[in-house]
Formats: sequence, C-alpha cells, structure tokens
Amino acid sequence: MTTKVRYHRPGDIVFAALVAVSIVLIVFVTLYPIFFVAIASISQPQLVQGGQVWFFPRGINWFGYEQILGDQRIWTGYRNTIVYTVLGTAVNMLVTIPAAYALSRREFAARRPLMFFFAFTMFFNGGLIPTYLLYRDLNLLDNMWVFILPSALNVYNLIIARAFYENSIPEELHEAATLDGSDEFRFFFTIAIPLSKAILSVIMLYYLVQHWNDFFTGLVFIRDYAKQPLQIVLRDILISNTAFAGGAGGAGGTGGGYGQQYADQIKYGVIIVSSLPVIMLYPFLQKYFEKGVMIGSVKG
Amino acid sequence: MAVALETKVATTPPARTRSPWPQRLRQHLSRRWQLWVMLAPAIVATAVFAYAPMYGIQLAFREFDFEAGLTGGDWVGLKYFRQFFDSPQFWQLMRNTVLISVTTLVVGFFAPIGLALLVNQVVGPRRKRFSQTATYLPHFISIVVIVGMLQVFLSPSTGLITRVMEWFGVSGINFLGDPKAFIPVYVISEVWQHCGWNSIIYLAALSNVDTQLYEAAKIDGASRFQIIRNVDLPSLVPTMVILFILTMGGVLNTGFEKIFLMQNTLNLPISEVISTYVYKIGIIGNQFSYSTAIGLFNTLINFAFLVGANQLAKRLANTSLW
Repeated sequence: MTTKVRYHRPGDIVFAALVAVSIVLIVFVTLYPIFFVAIASISQPQLVQGGQVWFFPRGINWFGYEQILGDQRIWTGYRNTIVYTVLGTAVNMLVTIPAAYALSRREFAARRPLMFFFAFTMFFNGGLIPTYLLYRDLNLLDNMWVFILPSALNVYNLIIARAFYENSIPEELHEAATLDGSDEFRFFFTIAIPLSKAILSVIMLYYLVQHWNDFFTGLVFIRDYAKQPLQIVLRDILISNTAFAGGAGGAGGTGGGYGQQYADQIKYGVIIVSSLPVIMLYPFLQKYFEKGVMIGSVKG
Repeated sequence: MAVALETKVATTPPARTRSPWPQRLRQHLSRRWQLWVMLAPAIVATAVFAYAPMYGIQLAFREFDFEAGLTGGDWVGLKYFRQFFDSPQFWQLMRNTVLISVTTLVVGFFAPIGLALLVNQVVGPRRKRFSQTATYLPHFISIVVIVGMLQVFLSPSTGLITRVMEWFGVSGINFLGDPKAFIPVYVISEVWQHCGWNSIIYLAALSNVDTQLYEAAKIDGASRFQIIRNVDLPSLVPTMVILFILTMGGVLNTGFEKIFLMQNTLNLPISEVISTYVYKIGIIGNQFSYSTAIGLFNTLINFAFLVGANQLAKRLANTSLW
C-alpha cells in the first residue's frame, strides 16, 4: 500500500535502515533457538556443550533419536495424544460449528442471552477444586474422556465461527433457500458448511493444536501413566530429568545406558520429535491461523 | 479478538397486543426448534463443565465432606477466607502473583504493538509476510517444550544463552535458580513466544488504514516516524482498548502451567503464585475447602478488574465489551 509513497530524505533512509536491521534481528532471535535445537539434536554432544556448534551440525550422529525411538513412554504418549487429539477435535467440531451457525441467525430471538451464557464462562469459572470434584463425581478422573468432553466447546472459537457466518453468508441466500422450502438443517448442511470450508479449517487447526499441547489435563486429572499424553511424558524427560531408555530395569545392556552428556542430546531430539507434527503443519497453519485472528477481530 | 458479544439488530417490531408468553414460546419453539437442536450439545457441555463447577463454589463457605462432594458439608462462612488472609503465605503469594502478572501484562501488551508497527514498515509484501510468519512460529510450541528449551539454553555450565551472555560480560548467574532472574526469564520467554502472534491483529488493523492518509501526510512533509506516530498509532487505538480490557480480565491469571514447570526449590520464594498454591494444597494436599476459597478469591479479583477496565474504557474511549 505504502509503496507509492517514496522517501528521499536522509532521516527517512536512516529510518529505513534501522527498520531493516531490527526486523532481521527479531526474526533471527525468534528462529535461531529452534534451528539450534534441530542441529544440536544430531550433533556430537561434547561439541555442542563446548560451544563449537553454531550454524551447522557437527559430528553428526543419531544416537539421541535412536534412544528416543527405543523408549516405550514416548510411543505410548504419542499414541495417547493422537487418540485424544483426533477424537477431541471431532467432538469439538460437532459441538462448535452447528452452535455457531445457530447463534449467527439474526431472527433467532434467544441468540443474545445465549451468547451471554457462553461468553460469561470466559471470565468466570468455578475454579480448580470444584472442577476436580465434579469430574470425580462424573467418573472422569483417570478416564480418557476427560481429555475430550470438558473441552468440547471453546467459546473463543465459537465467537470466531459465529462472526464468520454472520458476515459471510448473505442474508438473501438464506431467504431464497427458505422460499424454496429449505429448513435450517438443510441450509446448514448443503449451503453453510460448503461455504465455510476456510473457517472450518481455522477452527479445526486451533483445536488440534490445543489438544496436542494440552498438559494441564494430564497433570491434574490423570494418575495412570499408561493414559498420560505426550506432554506429560515430555515433562518427565525434559524437565524432571527422569532417566531415559533402559532406566526401567536397565534393559539396554549398555551397562547403565548412556553418559550424562547424551542427556542434552536426547532432550534436543525429544523437542524435535514432539513438535514435528505441528512444524509439518505450519505451512498450512500459517495461512489459516491468521485468517482466524482476522475474522475474530471483526466486530459484529 | 474483539469479543463481539452482541450485534445490534432490529428486533421484530413490537406487536400492538403481545400474545401471552406460553403461546409465544410455543410459536418460537415450533419455528426455531432446529436451531435449538444445533445448540443443544454446546449448551449441555457449557452447563455441565462450566456452570456446574460454579455451583460447587459454595464449598469455599462450607466444610468439605467426602460423601457430599461438590456441595460440601456444614456452613462455616468466611472461615477459610480468613484463614488465607491470616496465613503467612498470603502476602508473599499476592506479591508474586501481582508482580509476575503485571510485568507480563505491561510488556506483553506493548511489545506486539511495537512489532506490528515495525513489520508494517517492511517494504515488499513477501518480505513483510515472511517476517510476520517467522515471528509467530513459537506460538505453537507447547509450554512443556518452551520450559524444556529454557532449561537447556540456560543451563549454568553448558547453556547456549548462558554462553552468549558471557560475551556481554554477564556471567555466574544461575538463570533458573536465582529468584531475581525468575521474572525476567518468564517475561522474556513469554514475549518471545507470543509477541508475533499477538501482533497479527494489529497488523490487520494497519492494513486497513486508508492509503489517502499516507498520501496526505506525505504531501504535508511528514517523516516516516511522524507518519507512524500520527497515522499508524491512532489507527490501532480501538484494537488496543479491546485487548486491554480482555487482558485486565486475566490480571491474576498468571500462566499456571509455565510457572509450575519453571518452579524449583531455589526460585520458589518468587515463583509461588496463587494458582500453583491452589493446585498444591488442593489437588496434592486434599485441603479442598481452603483451596476453593483461595481460588474464588482469585477469580473475584480478576472479575473486578475486568468490569473495572470495561467501565474505564467505556468512559474514556467509548468502547466496551458489553
């Protein structure tokens, strides 16, 4: 937009240079740590710790990844998280999208009180302990459904989807369909859904990431380690420093496993392995995620 | 992000004589039942998982009774609130919570605005887009991984950041253990992770600025800095107000997960906040009534700040959430 406006004054040129330098610096500071984790995960740990790895991996080896892939906890955590994410997102979509559509119908007299009913929960909640006791009464403790049902509706996503339906589905379309004898169900499935693929992707990606990164639920509501999601396993490896492969009974046969210097390499590897799905989605994510923020910002 | 809670729509013109409500209700349901069906799962989920726990708040005023569960046993009034106010932890928890959240709010509020103004100055749509996309990548990394990265990067002996800091003559600091380092580490890593993401909404607002304003400013001989100050910045004000209200609503909602994961015995004097304390004495220590009371205290303060900020914005900027 601003390309038409040209700047020639010396002050403006200095300014432009400052902008360029700062932005390059910011982008570098943002991306470099992630890049470093990636190269450190395949470099000789001694070289990493000695400060000799900066921009290229050195002493390439896959020891870290071999250890990670040989660890049962990672596999269990991965499997659990995939199950919770897929099921959870499916439930999220079934709950959120029809509700958002219904709330977008202007002739629906109950929409404002209902919107308040939903939005109020964004700012006021029962708190941790009543929630915990309720889940206990509902038999949700140590139950995989605790990852899926309580988070069935994210009000923020509901608002985004509603804003989209409100602003993007022409009222005339609805009127015409109604005249042709279409009811709300039919309009929703045959017209609203196909027209809203973009927003469906946005909301779905939001939910996917939310489930994938969920750490709190496992921490508070799950005791049984076999049901713990990836994030809890990650916590144990990355932060609590629990011993890795062979730790349980020393099955490794290498006599106590690996030396301490490999612990860091394994951590770097675990970061990559656990973030890989999101990183691979990123090219798709970035297009849609921004769209979600924009739609959400459209004031109704 | 503007929570558009309502849209002003012309309601149906009031009939001269309104029919009695049961009849109107029946009419409404017979015409709109399909919409209610579509809303039913969301209503049920919200009622059960958001409103039912609110019913359990009464536990804060009652003795916990294992049999009774959510509703609790005998009334004890404000006993547990008094216990909290009188406890030796009260002032420490309040100080830590306020300190951490206010610092995060202030820095986390202004940093994205600065970044958006900066990215907006990048010439060329592709370069602009790249800087935007690159800066919000960390937003998608899980908190566990962020704290894990902090641990390896800040390790006193081998950490990458520790080493870089030594170039600048800063050495011998244990960033993860030193209580003085806790808040800077927490806040800077928050900004690193979320600044780019939070700037998207401001960039969107900037892309909607009328280009004629730039032309006019240019003709008036404004420098680029003056244009930022007098054209770009004012156009962000409405968005800033809405986001300000929303952040105020979370003033004591310090990120439980991240603080909890960053805690260790060395930094506990500064890193113990209300939410982590509630978790420890409630879930770990089973003091259900006491921790419910503390949690309620926290929620009420948040709510008061939200309402207060909303009133303030209404008065000063004529914008509000409701």
